[in-house]
Amino acid sequence: MTDKELPRNAASWATNVGPLEVSPEHAAAGYNISGRRVTGPQQGFGRLWQRTYTTNLGSAITPKDLVTDWKLHFGDFWPKGATFHTAITGVTPGVVAPIGINAAPGMELATGILVLYADDESFTFMTPEGHMFAGMITFAAEAVAGTTEASIKILIRPNDPLYELGWPVMRRREDTFWSATLVNLAAKHGMPDAEVTEETVCVDRKRLWSNWRNVRHNAGVRSGLHIVTKPFRPKAKA
Amino acid sequence: MNEPIVSMDVRHPEDSIAVIDIKGEVTASCEGVLMQAYEQAATSGTALIILNFTDLEYMNSSGIGMLVTLLVRANRQHQKLAAYGLTDHYRQIFELTRLDEAISIHDDESSALAAA
Repeated sequence: MTDKELPRNAASWATNVGPLEVSPEHAAAGYNISGRRVTGPQQGFGRLWQRTYTTNLGSAITPKDLVTDWKLHFGDFWPKGATFHTAITGVTPGVVAPIGINAAPGMELATGILVLYADDESFTFMTPEGHMFAGMITFAAEAVAGTTEASIKILIRPNDPLYELGWPVMRRREDTFWSATLVNLAAKHGMPDAEVTEETVCVDRKRLWSNWRNVRHNAGVRSGLHIVTKPFRPKAKA
Repeated sequence: MNEPIVSMDVRHPEDSIAVIDIKGEVTASCEGVLMQAYEQAATSGTALIILNFTDLEYMNSSGIGMLVTLLVRANRQHQKLAAYGLTDHYRQIFELTRLDEAISIHDDESSALAAA
């Protein structure tokens, strides 16, 4: 490929086509995503939803500075109950980051994301096989009437029939989780009581039954098995 | 939101086929332009919509998201999507995002038409 063919944002895209590889430092947390492929909305099972969470951070920070900080400290803005494992460099294109979610007492659901895209004003994750959702999630900031507006835009299908059954519960958890994330982000940048608006559109009511076999990768089921079988696995050498 | 820096012209080389010529940048700001082009392309009897990316200058992840939405709309009307004119870079993005599993990729318009 010549330089002439490369667009100006070429460096913003991940280039790792193929099975996901987790860095050695996060290998233990990434047991459910290593070797998996990413799943776009067209590889999922359930209805396709577009959900947007937005908050205004006033004029204390520019969109570019906000996104820079968001990428560097991404997991720090998450509410309690979930862990984002990433390198000290933060969110950069091609990074594969394991995620741990406290699904129930003593039960951590292990999954992760691929950083598909990251530029000065936005970054996008794609989800792997087994994740609750198949699709993309974009975090962005833009200037609106002299202020900075932060948004989280999600385009997802529940990944398999089990997750589709759990959608009503997961939907509420998503609302709580991403609203809290934006509130935490705003609080760090001088807006302690930011209001978050949410908009949901069902883009496609059709379920993709041809993808029902995705259930074999279900990270909830696999995490449960991983926890139950832990006493029977050989201990890793120190 | 920024003004779209894109134009999308629609042609009908055959009764059942429409081509959308995309020139410029595909980002979140061009959603209206893309959906308007789709409305023009998806006249009754259209079975295949071909996206011509020969003059694509730039696309970000929001652009990929819009193509997913376009794909859903087209599939709902039992229309297929194809594409040609993608550089190696964007072909790789289609492969990475697995859009190539739903939108057939061709080297040029004649091969896209031949595959119809």
